[in-house]
Amino acid sequence: MKSLLQRYSVQLILITLGGLITYLAYEEAIGLYTLSVLMFMGVNIILSTSLNLVNGNMGEFSCGHAGFMCVGAYVSSILGVLLFAKDKVFGAPLINPDLALYFFPLIILTGGAAAAITGLLVALPSYKTRGDYLAIITIAANYIIISLIENLGVIGGSRGFMGMKTVVNTMNDTFDLPWMVIWVFIFTVGCVWALRRYNSSTFGKGVSAICQDEVAAEIMSVNTNKIKTITFMLSSGLAGIAGGLFAYIIGYVNPGSFNILKSTEVLVMVYLGGMASLSGAVLSAILFTILLELLRPLQIIKWVVIPLLLIILMQFRPEGIMGNRELSDLFPKLKRFYRFK
Amino acid sequence: MTTAPILEIRNLTQHFGGLTAISDFNIKLKNNQMAGLIGPNGAGKTTIFNLVSGFYQPSQGEIFINGKPTAGLKPHKVTALGVARTFQNIRLWNQMTVLDNIKVAQHGKLGYGFFDALMRTKVYRETEDRINHEAYELLKVFELDKFADDFPTNLPYGLQRKLEIVRALSEKPSLLLLDEPAAGLNTVDMHELIRLIRWIHDSFDVTIWIIEHHMDVMMELCDELKVIDFGHTIAEGPALEVQKNPAVITAYLGDENI
Ligand SMILES: Nc1ncnc2c1ncn2[C@@H]1O[C@H](COP(=O)(O)OP(=O)(O)O)[C@@H](O)[C@H]1O
Ligand SMILES: [Mg+2]
Repeated sequence: MKSLLQRYSVQLILITLGGLITYLAYEEAIGLYTLSVLMFMGVNIILSTSLNLVNGNMGEFSCGHAGFMCVGAYVSSILGVLLFAKDKVFGAPLINPDLALYFFPLIILTGGAAAAITGLLVALPSYKTRGDYLAIITIAANYIIISLIENLGVIGGSRGFMGMKTVVNTMNDTFDLPWMVIWVFIFTVGCVWALRRYNSSTFGKGVSAICQDEVAAEIMSVNTNKIKTITFMLSSGLAGIAGGLFAYIIGYVNPGSFNILKSTEVLVMVYLGGMASLSGAVLSAILFTILLELLRPLQIIKWVVIPLLLIILMQFRPEGIMGNRELSDLFPKLKRFYRFK
Repeated sequence: MTTAPILEIRNLTQHFGGLTAISDFNIKLKNNQMAGLIGPNGAGKTTIFNLVSGFYQPSQGEIFINGKPTAGLKPHKVTALGVARTFQNIRLWNQMTVLDNIKVAQHGKLGYGFFDALMRTKVYRETEDRINHEAYELLKVFELDKFADDFPTNLPYGLQRKLEIVRALSEKPSLLLLDEPAAGLNTVDMHELIRLIRWIHDSFDVTIWIIEHHMDVMMELCDELKVIDFGHTIAEGPALEVQKNPAVITAYLGDENI
């Protein structure tokens, strides 16, 4: 009985939680505002856990996460509108909009794949040198991506791109459920699950070997370039997925939403949670989303408060909330009740 | 048919800027040999190991492992040819358990990829089960199994040295390079280490090449010695003869490490 509970408790909790949120959203028991905060929470969890893979687990310093998010957001937005919505530039939908519901996850994944390929292009030249190079090149990539889109008139340039609301509405017409809530939930759980599996495999442990001693890793048969590439692509791909979801939640994207300030937000989440701690990254994304909402009345002043918080954190708890430990390290007894594989 | 030597180095020269760290070094190591490399501090011993393990590319000369040239290969590819090594300063992964230190060293022959790890395919599960079992068995052989879930830093210094040797052995190398394995050990641990190395040599099919400062360790272990000073080979031959060589005595004169 106990082992059965241990085996399925996580699935049970997740299905209950997902079902509950969906039901409450469907019955309109939670307001649109709360709902959008919950969805941003999911997006932030994906962003923070995926950047944590590179900056925490691998010990590199990537600073342009929002750039990859941007690629994912635009690719999945354009693809979705092109296929399923009537648009003044792209014309009539290419596929019967009734199918949007089934194609939606593929559209989001395509955005992720595009972001992963962008990540590959950024990672490749970074092997020649070490250290700060990745930081500089990711910031540069962030700027390049935004400038490119700002200058692409076809997709709205700096005014932005929309039409995704139509796609979301078609999904809801096909089958009356709060689809965005469901998709965000599924992709968030999927992201944490994938990272958890990656980190706990011997293959993925090569990442922390690189972080701890790259020379020893390479000499003890770890193909460090390959592992670094795959890891960076996974991280940027997940950022792309987060970007796609973000675009469809808001129904509108513009390059300005993915600037260096957004990248900084993600960095704050990673350092808040603790480097190399997956549960820390999840926790801090949740806290950070709530914090941002609380600080919203302060408007631009929040960008005084947030860095200040970071400085205070670095002073008193430089290792972040969780350090490099997981929830199950802090509460070993928890392991008896769940298994997350 | 003649089999290729385990290691062959021809006319190896290495420059660092203006410094010639190694000049015209040659060696041939046969199967199951135990050879030594000695020389004063800064003589270039570690540099030779770095060249053999592919960490540096030689300025001149060639290196063959089991008859295959290593030129242009990245270190993990050289490891795949059958070389494993330890480091002068222990380089274990300290935030990883002892067992994981051995398992990660199996990266070269994992045989599954990224998507297998995510999907937990059959090949993934079989491979993980196998390397987990093998790593544990290897730790058992070296009586380190009770530390399997500890972090290396919790082990006494002597056992950390031992673990590093075991991690290298887990690569199933045909050539094992030990860079000053006795550095920092007390006399008791040192005798333990000599026994360990001899036992490894007797029980595994492996050629061992040792860098060591302690002359007595070398005299006990090695059949062949090579002495280098400022990158030049100044003596070579059976251990007893080398020890009496006047050039060696001069190079070591005043060196309290003898
Ligand atoms: N990467 C490097 N760059 C410049 N000089 C080096 C490098 N590696 C070693 N050396 C120099 O080469 C010489 C030999 O060093 P090493 O091989 O470490 O000596 P040892 O015999 O003590 O192991 C020393 O003078 C050292 O300073
Ligand atoms: Mg040395």
